[in-house]
Amino acid sequence: MRWLLLKDLRILRRSPLLVALLVAYPILIAVLVGFAISSGPSKPKVALVDLVAPGQGNFQIGSATLNAASYESQLNQGISPIRLSTRAQAVQAVQTGRALGALIIPPDIAAKLNSGLERPMVEVIYSAENPLKRSFVQSVIKSELADANAALAAKFGQVALGLINLLETGGNVNLFNVNVNVLGLQRSATILSAALAILPPGSPERGGLQQVLSFARLALDNLNISNQVIGTLSQPIAVHETILRGARGSSDAFAIAVAVTVSLEFICVLLGAGMLALEREENALARLLRGLVRRLELIVEKVLLAAACGGLAGLAMLLGLAAFVGIDWGRAPLWVLALVLAALSFGALGVAIGALARDVRAASLLAFALILPLAVLALIPSGTVSSGVYDVVKVLDAVFPVRPALDGLSATLTNTGDSVVGPLAHLLGLTLVFVALARIGVRRAATRG
Amino acid sequence: MALAAAQTTDTAPVLAVEGVQMRYGDRWALREVSFGVRAGELLAVIGPNGAGKTTLLSILAGTLVPTAGTISRGREQIGWVPQQPALYSKLSVTENLDFFARLQRVDDSASAVQRMLDQTGLSERATSPVGSLSGGNRQRVNIAIGLLADPPVLLLDEPSASLDPRQRELLWEFIGARAKTGTTVVYATHNVIEVERYADRVLVIADGELLWEGTPRALAETAGSGRDFEASFVAFLHSRGH
Ligand SMILES: Nc1ncnc2c1ncn2[C@@H]1O[C@H](COP(=O)(O)OP(=O)(O)OP(=O)(O)O)[C@@H](O)[C@H]1O
Ligand SMILES: [Mg+2]
Repeated sequence: MRWLLLKDLRILRRSPLLVALLVAYPILIAVLVGFAISSGPSKPKVALVDLVAPGQGNFQIGSATLNAASYESQLNQGISPIRLSTRAQAVQAVQTGRALGALIIPPDIAAKLNSGLERPMVEVIYSAENPLKRSFVQSVIKSELADANAALAAKFGQVALGLINLLETGGNVNLFNVNVNVLGLQRSATILSAALAILPPGSPERGGLQQVLSFARLALDNLNISNQVIGTLSQPIAVHETILRGARGSSDAFAIAVAVTVSLEFICVLLGAGMLALEREENALARLLRGLVRRLELIVEKVLLAAACGGLAGLAMLLGLAAFVGIDWGRAPLWVLALVLAALSFGALGVAIGALARDVRAASLLAFALILPLAVLALIPSGTVSSGVYDVVKVLDAVFPVRPALDGLSATLTNTGDSVVGPLAHLLGLTLVFVALARIGVRRAATRG
Repeated sequence: MALAAAQTTDTAPVLAVEGVQMRYGDRWALREVSFGVRAGELLAVIGPNGAGKTTLLSILAGTLVPTAGTISRGREQIGWVPQQPALYSKLSVTENLDFFARLQRVDDSASAVQRMLDQTGLSERATSPVGSLSGGNRQRVNIAIGLLADPPVLLLDEPSASLDPRQRELLWEFIGARAKTGTTVVYATHNVIEVERYADRVLVIADGELLWEGTPRALAETAGSGRDFEASFVAFLHSRGH
């Protein structure tokens, strides 16, 4: 085993271009993928044009004076705004791809809100260049506008509630800069009851007053319901958020897990496949297996070689990224274990592939053909594909190491509360299965020439 | 050691092949081949391209499993030199020899490697990557690896095919010397002169069938006299329909 390993390391050292490619390429891809995932979609760049003249942004709801700008800042939570001053500039920004979309706030927004009768209209511009991008930015802007609408509705609701309270209990209100004292239904009812009490029983006014009192009581009872109705109107559906598995980890730690998994996959699978196929390409397989090394020994050596090279590159990458992103150092033994098991299972997958190929080229091609789609499929979220496709993805997740490697790493890099044992046991199981498959493959290769 | 082995196994065959058949898909490479190899014997296997020589030697070496039939081998270690060089082209001549010497657990691998470098005359190219050697020189390294452990039984598949006349002579000098000390040698070749000079016994196979077996002299007589050995052999194959 020792001589085999030394021999292979020597061969690798004599292939600097191959090694450089094998290390640089996955790291490049992994870093790109990792950061595209963690930082990409959350805040799209949107051109924002505010056509409201300075000082014209105030509007009145009841006695409260509000400013349109405060709702604009609400919008900014979900997008990264590029502030522009004209609609033409915004259109150009979208056309050139500088912004994914544009949001134009009309000059009359405050006036229309003030009127309380006409709804102001904001304009949204999308680029149709890429349907995925468009639907993404569309949904972000829509949800941001919905948030702003909800905030405004809540404000309207509050004002309405205040007015209803005034109607109920009475008090002072400022209407058009005149202070008005409102009697209120409660006090009206009290006064009416007192008046009724002192009227002689046969008095002709009695019937009329009794009617007014009943109306006041009826109104009071129903106003209580209006309070609730208005509360419901301003936010018809309340949201209670419950986060299930995985999502509690930071997106940065997840990005590291993706980057490391993709690197491990590339290096280990390619090396495992290539180094085993090299034995066959050089006609050495038959010579070695004539009692010089055992089949299992040869396979384990290749798996270890691939896992060691990939694991070291993955570890270096993890430590490098950890300098910028928070990971849980207290869990280092766990994530190192996850890294080692992931590297072993990818290495074993590579060796099993290598056993199918007659030469290094075929092995690399086969490995590549498998690596790329697997990496992509493992990142597909459950809701984005039809259930039939997702069933296929689930099967692939079960029989290839990408998903358990990703789960194992992200569950160990930070404490997400997810099970660590499950993915790690899965990786170990896959390693054993691929080693067994590689043994069958190598036997076929060695005895059939 | 080789001498001792030769003395103790003089009676029983070192290798015995019984009804061996080999099929690749629906093509028969060997049909019902049976023969034995005695200790210290130099046995040549000749026959046209595709006759089944490589297949037969690979089965003797244990790297191919026959479709039917049995092989019995003694306890001796069997050295094998495959027809296609089995070497690491990125490693130097010395590194290749050293790697296989260590895997074969040769006692003093360094001196075994040096001996083989001297024997093959490749000391000057010792540090060159095997991939940069000429075809013939690569074959010399390939042979050297089979001889490293000085095994008592040697299987050589067209060992001299790409060697120049001088190297060919050196090779047969070396193998002849080994055979004299009791090493059993089975080799495949297309070189009829080699058979005439260096074989104790000849197997002629064609189309997977063992056509003839006997001494080179007997083969020359069977094939007809008056012509040179090579012409006689070709005529012989022709008379048997090959
Ligand atoms: N791996 C293989 N797969 C399929 N057929 C094979 C394989 N190896 C050999 N054969 C076939 O078996 C037959 C015997 O081949 P073999 O290599 O043993 O011939 P040979 O006598 O060594 O020929 P040569 O003199 O050209 O070396 C040939 O018909 C060949 O095509
Ligand atoms: Mg041959």
